[in-house]
Amino acid sequence: GCLLQSRVGFGKVLCRSISQNSALCRKNLAAAGPEKFTAEFIQKQIEEFNIGKRHLANIMGEDPENFSQEDIDRSIAYLFPSGLFEKKARPLMKHPDEIFPMQRAVQWGKDRRPFHFLFYTGKQSYYSLMHELYGKMLNIEKHQDRLRSKGLFSKDGHKISLGMSRWLTKEELEALLVENISTHDYNRFIQIMERLLSMPYCNIEEEFVLRFRHLLQTQSRHQMVSALQKDENGVAFSSAEGCRKTSHSTVVLRDCGSGRLSVNGQDSLLYFPVLQDREQLMFPMQFTGTLGRFDLECTVSGGGRSSQAGALRLAISRALLSFLSPSEREMMRQAGLLTPDPRVRERKKPGQEGARRKFTWKKR
Amino acid sequence: MRKLNFVCILTDFFCLLKTFGISLKCLATVMSNWKIRDLLSLGLLGLRHSRGVLTKYSSAGQTVSAAASVSSPQLQPNDAAEKILNLPLEKPDFFRVAELFSLKDLFDARVHLGHKKGCRHRLMEPYLYGCRLDQDIFDLDQTVEHLQRALNFTAHIAYRGGIILFVSRRRQFGHLVESTAKDCGEYAHTRYWQGGLLTNANIQYGPGVRLPDLIIFLSTLNNVFQQHVGVRDAAKMNIPTVGVVDSNCNPCLVTYPVPGNDDTPVAMELYCRLFKMTINRAKDKRRQVELLYGLNAPSPSNS
Repeated sequence: GCLLQSRVGFGKVLCRSISQNSALCRKNLAAAGPEKFTAEFIQKQIEEFNIGKRHLANIMGEDPENFSQEDIDRSIAYLFPSGLFEKKARPLMKHPDEIFPMQRAVQWGKDRRPFHFLFYTGKQSYYSLMHELYGKMLNIEKHQDRLRSKGLFSKDGHKISLGMSRWLTKEELEALLVENISTHDYNRFIQIMERLLSMPYCNIEEEFVLRFRHLLQTQSRHQMVSALQKDENGVAFSSAEGCRKTSHSTVVLRDCGSGRLSVNGQDSLLYFPVLQDREQLMFPMQFTGTLGRFDLECTVSGGGRSSQAGALRLAISRALLSFLSPSEREMMRQAGLLTPDPRVRERKKPGQEGARRKFTWKKR
Repeated sequence: MRKLNFVCILTDFFCLLKTFGISLKCLATVMSNWKIRDLLSLGLLGLRHSRGVLTKYSSAGQTVSAAASVSSPQLQPNDAAEKILNLPLEKPDFFRVAELFSLKDLFDARVHLGHKKGCRHRLMEPYLYGCRLDQDIFDLDQTVEHLQRALNFTAHIAYRGGIILFVSRRRQFGHLVESTAKDCGEYAHTRYWQGGLLTNANIQYGPGVRLPDLIIFLSTLNNVFQQHVGVRDAAKMNIPTVGVVDSNCNPCLVTYPVPGNDDTPVAMELYCRLFKMTINRAKDKRRQVELLYGLNAPSPSNS
């Protein structure tokens, strides 16, 4: 015999010991497909979540009515501190709609007639989208015919201005339609949308098309430029911060006219005896040609010699931004002066000597 | 009529009952009414031996399914629901589908034009009037009868709240068919037919799904000039079918074939319009009758 276990609900396990043949226990778990949650189950989870939220607010001594998601995250991080690296493995308390994947409710009513008119095709949302798309194309063609009859038709009339946008990816479309789509279907959809865009006078269906377009994140425009301030003597200065590995630094750049450099109260020659570190400090100003123009007051802490130099370099470049024109800023960005170096120390793994180094392999 | 095995009739009978959603209790009170028997037997015989029977029917010249009424009721139907269901069965053309179209309308919509002589299917020969310059011409008298029978049947199904599925694999008319279905409040399938849609429904859609009670084929062929899989599957699942059969199609497995053109846009628009009007008419009638029987419970009134 063997133990017969039955899973009831999410995460709860009921054990019933019944002696049975192992052949009967074996179920084809793969054929069952992804776990399906009923509407009542999700409803129950939502109620439990709301009750739990109020309990948590009472525990933390805060107002149960205005307890937001950030407060929940903060409280959970406080009550259950976890040192795990993987953020998704840490204790989590979120609304069930964000945890359980969106699933289709039952497709038919009490008299068992399906709700959607394309239910019997199998892929109702996708095909209804295609049907709608075809309807829009017919609409545009009718509009063109009307203009032609009035004699106002022109081939380059009124296309849609796309701007910086891209089509939705297959995953995003699947999430929109709550249905699985094959690659062939997705390609066909994109093909027909492109065809729609190529027709003149398609601007009448602009909002329909823009529903399936995603604005591209503009990468190079976002620069956090620190403000240019003036101190008592009328001298313009700006300050910025930078970090590298475990070092943090702050830099105040003054437009004095001398090229003095002081780090943590000491002269740079004394603080950085090695030429390489001093070169790192000089590089941003040498690149922009402002070597003797600015006066630097720097503070740096943490890390080692090289990482402190790198942190200072980043802080100087950021402080310089407010004194430069947009084209020079773009040149600095392309030179890599404004990119923080993401490299940090990699952890040591068990079963290995270090992060990458394995133990010595002995043949016998 | 050939003598059919009684047991076979009975099993088919109960299967059809299930698809029409008629309970046995309702049936028992209505068994004496011969009209429903004729309706069902037509469906039965259509499923099994369509060729001989249908030609016989067309030669008999009957437009609708009613035989002479032999009513000797043992139990008076006193339940309002049973009265609602029996009301359309009292008159032959209760929904007056014969008024929806005339032979001239069919001719103007070019329904009589078939394919060339070489494409002709052997089983379509009874429905053809002749051949002119190698093109087959349908006998519109027969088409009128068949179309009236088909429309009457769809009206009865729609009256009883059955699920109607419009099927067509012609890409030219896919949008038209889907819009027609949407306007009627019924269902359409003009896309790639996945193998187990009817035969493997419980796994494909989910347990407890309700299959269509009638399938209307606006073109029985698929894109490679073979018979649509739905015709065979509907016959397997005991679902009655109405189909527009062109001169290159096989009318065997279609319960209510309508010999006519399925290639011209005018003809397709005519069929869609006719089916939409019958279904809407039948549904409106049902709503009317339900309201009426809701108000006057004991005595039925003529409407």
